[in-house]
Amino acid sequence: MYNLIGAGLIVIGGGIGLGMIGSKAMEAIARQPEAAGKIQTAMIIIGALLEGLAFGALILGK
Amino acid sequence: MILLRMLNKSIFLLTLFFAGNLFTVSANENEKQSYDGQINDPEEIQAYIQYHLKDSYDFTLFKDGKTGKYYSFPLPVILWDEGLKVFMSSKFKHGKAVAESGGNHYKIYKSKIYRTDAQGTILYDENGKVQNSRPFDMSITKSVFGTLLAGLIMFLMFTSLARGYKKGPIPTGLARALEPLVIYVRDEIARPNIGEKKYRNYMSFLLTVFFLIWILNLLGLTPLGFNVTGNIAVTACLALFTFFIVQFTANKDYWKHIFWMPGVPVPMKILLMPIEILGMFTKPFSLMLRLFANITAGNVVLMSLIALAIVLKVAFGPVMSTGLSLLLSTFIMIIKVLVAFLQAYIFTMLSALFIGLGVAEHEHH
Repeated sequence: MYNLIGAGLIVIGGGIGLGMIGSKAMEAIARQPEAAGKIQTAMIIIGALLEGLAFGALILGK
Repeated sequence: MILLRMLNKSIFLLTLFFAGNLFTVSANENEKQSYDGQINDPEEIQAYIQYHLKDSYDFTLFKDGKTGKYYSFPLPVILWDEGLKVFMSSKFKHGKAVAESGGNHYKIYKSKIYRTDAQGTILYDENGKVQNSRPFDMSITKSVFGTLLAGLIMFLMFTSLARGYKKGPIPTGLARALEPLVIYVRDEIARPNIGEKKYRNYMSFLLTVFFLIWILNLLGLTPLGFNVTGNIAVTACLALFTFFIVQFTANKDYWKHIFWMPGVPVPMKILLMPIEILGMFTKPFSLMLRLFANITAGNVVLMSLIALAIVLKVAFGPVMSTGLSLLLSTFIMIIKVLVAFLQAYIFTMLSALFIGLGVAEHEHH
């Protein structure tokens, strides 16, 4: 039961994080469309790091 | 912005992955011993998902439910147990029979080989743990077979690419599709992250990891049903490679930044040391978990959607429920094709990033 609540909290946290990464990257690309490639790469790296963190927490919490 | 959608999707998968794991925990107790991957009623779904995530000793494509005939081919079982024992897995008769080899008897119990007596008795202690001994197992299982197959595919692809350059600078045929990918790994992954001077030394590793993960992920989507990158031992091994490459090729600055961070006061240096040492290990650990969890989560979602056909059969009728499950699983399958590439890319990218951190030359203050 508690680990389900924990999973929910992880997903909320991860969702907020991904949302912030995504929205800022979108803004940056809109401001500087010529740098879209670089911004996308950086965005994916941060997203992947966040994903690793969230997956780690999910598996440790199981 | 497909990539962004992928990132959002991974969060969606997180939830389902966790849910799937909970199911498998509760399914462990009442798992049927000789479960063979068929489902007929909703109670069997957990066993069905768990069965398909596991490695197996033979290669079952499908089973005819009416006649009970298996459409499969056996793989070699190689055991070290008082001498080398080699026999084909057809001796196990899909886990139902006791195999005899060189006077010893073996039985598959919950996807693992145990040594038993001639009747195949499995002994338990008071906690329900199996008492039988396990031989040292070097069998060519389905996952090993898949990895070897991926290696063969890579060997054929890249020798043909290499041969193409002997004829002229412009590649032909399959090589024309491979060259841009190799150049992509070099120019977009290795060069910017490792640096112009040193990236050449790491290209072989990065290319191997990239194509191995990608091909294994794609093999997992074929009806052959390999689950190699969804196996934590495989991803752990790949992450260990990155770990050792970073540690053994790192320069003085890297170690200095770990043990005695320059440019901060002494109490801070002492405080930062354990954090940096921990960081050394969390990087490959997250590499391992990310790939494993993504592929496993994708498989759990896909199989849950396939199982919808069984769950909704009573409410919607067989045609509607099968159609719905087919529609949804097709969409997930398309997403999984993208995930297959994205995970290979992210693994390679982060490996390059960690190597780059190790070999970066800092300006001395």
